[in-house]
Amino acid sequence: MAGREFIHESGATHGSPNVDEVAAVGAVGELDVLDERAAQTAEPGNGGAKPLGLWADTWRRLKRNKLALVGLGIIIVFMVIGLVQVIAYPLTDGRGVTPYPPNQQNYDLSPQGRGSPPSASHPFGTDYMGRDILSRVLVATRISLLVGVIAVAIALTIGLVLGPVSGYYGGTVDSVIMRLADIFFAFPYILFVLLIMTVLGPGFVNVFLAIGILSWASFARLVRGQVLSVKAMEYVEAARAQGASDLRIIFRHVLPNSMAPVYVAIAMAVGGAIVTEAALSFLGIGIQAPNASWGKMIADTLTYLWAGSWWMVVFPSIALTLTVFGFISFGNGLRDATDPKLKE
Amino acid sequence: MAERLLEVTDLSTHFFTHAGVVKAVNGVSFTLDRQETLGIVGESGSGKTVAALSVMRLIPDPPGKVVEGTMMLRGRDLRALSDDEMRQVRGNDIAMIFQDPMTSLNPVFKIGDQIAEAIMLHQDKGKDEAWRLAAELLERVGIPDAKNRVKQYPFEFSGGMRQRAMIAMAISCNPDILIADEPTTALDVTIQAQIIEVVQEMQEQFHSGVILITHDLGVVAELADKVMVMYGGRTVEYGSIDQVFYDPHHPYTWGLLGSLPRLDVVEKTRLTPIKGQPPDLILLPAGCPFSGRCAYERAECRDNWPAHELISEGHGVNCWIPRAEREETRAALPHFRSAVA
Repeated sequence: MAGREFIHESGATHGSPNVDEVAAVGAVGELDVLDERAAQTAEPGNGGAKPLGLWADTWRRLKRNKLALVGLGIIIVFMVIGLVQVIAYPLTDGRGVTPYPPNQQNYDLSPQGRGSPPSASHPFGTDYMGRDILSRVLVATRISLLVGVIAVAIALTIGLVLGPVSGYYGGTVDSVIMRLADIFFAFPYILFVLLIMTVLGPGFVNVFLAIGILSWASFARLVRGQVLSVKAMEYVEAARAQGASDLRIIFRHVLPNSMAPVYVAIAMAVGGAIVTEAALSFLGIGIQAPNASWGKMIADTLTYLWAGSWWMVVFPSIALTLTVFGFISFGNGLRDATDPKLKE
Repeated sequence: MAERLLEVTDLSTHFFTHAGVVKAVNGVSFTLDRQETLGIVGESGSGKTVAALSVMRLIPDPPGKVVEGTMMLRGRDLRALSDDEMRQVRGNDIAMIFQDPMTSLNPVFKIGDQIAEAIMLHQDKGKDEAWRLAAELLERVGIPDAKNRVKQYPFEFSGGMRQRAMIAMAISCNPDILIADEPTTALDVTIQAQIIEVVQEMQEQFHSGVILITHDLGVVAELADKVMVMYGGRTVEYGSIDQVFYDPHHPYTWGLLGSLPRLDVVEKTRLTPIKGQPPDLILLPAGCPFSGRCAYERAECRDNWPAHELISEGHGVNCWIPRAEREETRAALPHFRSAVA
């Protein structure tokens, strides 16, 4: 068994700088250029930047898509406002960072119970209770951000476990998981959410749970399809020939190569989750009064539209539409940018 | 005598598909000693790769199954090992180099990551240590500036460099047996020569036994000590390189050699292709799989598999044609006229 020790032996003696110098001198001009680039971009150990990896390449093509950039801009604005509200909410005892306390009623500002139109002190006007609509739209950003992030995170977690397992193992496991997904797809979405909300009871956290539980199936199906194509790649077999375990192969070799379309789906799903929350609140089983959510604000004030108080409905609607538009157009742009078939 | 690494006896691997049972490997036996190179040759679908994957126990099950035979790795029965034990064998005792270096490295990880992963799977080494070893292995397989190259991604490597990286990964745990499944098929001829050289060097340094699967007889002649000719899932002839190349006894081996151009023969002869198609592995004839395609077919060929015949020490053949007649027939073939003389 002399050979077994070979690697260890040489490992102990090889660290001398001379050998490395010789190797470096040996490299010719053209290689040097390449290697310099690698030396600059790749840091020692792990976590080095990719020289021109998936993301750099995607960003290069995304930049040329104006609509996607607009979407990205909207997402960034939404995220910044949302994060500020999320952080400020507990610190300010529910006020958030707003010009007026969002739940403060002032009937002086609501003559005849119809609110007051946009003015210098209340740019979005006030609602039927005299509450500042701008403040309410701002503080509601928190709900939308949370629902987008948490519900999608729940769905993604379930999808990223069941999807790869389903695709990788195939057979009975695959059938069971995919039929389960089919069942989830078969129910009318809103009806199913309503059902779950009825079981869980109304409230803020339950909205996240309900949407998350119901959205896993599309992620699972998407990832499964990806895994099916990636698992046939030779490097997966190479990993197996190396003695890697199934779990290691799935989560280290197969999944990272299956993620590109998932990122697109995430962007779309966040928009979808925000809309669903709005729909639930509109139907009265989402966010409870007096807390503001865009869907709830629209629901509460819809009747005032006929009385001419358009601002109560229009501003939360614009906020909702813009945000969802931002996620969808960014998601579309991302899909185009990551689609190898559209590469020039 | 060198240490016996692998002893495969009567290996049969079948795939149970909807269309029927695909008999990919039928009763194949071979041995491999330390520092020895066994070449397995045969055309596509002859069972070369399935035989090797059976040894690694990497046959997808279902539909595939090793239905018969024993595989002893230095005295351990591979078929009796649990899945966990088998995982320890893979990469550590038996490692594999694949055909297409362009697809056999994971595109999202750095070269060093992948080699280090192989090391950490089987050896008690930290990440830094594994990376250092990875760089060293890369240098050893002839990649210049390995220290920086190890931090690059597969797409920054050329085909030849990737195959070198694959070899580095395969030898990272100093395996007893290295299975190279058509390691040069996807590479151009100059790179092929370099890769062959690297495999040879690594074998010398690490004292591994090598199983070389190929349909390139030139590569076999260059690398292998002994060769096994497979057809339709069966071994039709085996022996040392000299025995099989200079004293071939099976008509299929004649066909393989006859379809190769020769530089050492001045007289101009046409290359003779083997007529017909490889057999359907579901509908294999009960006898010799080469029957139906063989120009010297006899009445008994189709229905009965011929007994094994030892030509000389280490050289065997399975063929119904009597030996004397065989030698006579071969002598008349244009391709062998000068070789046998």
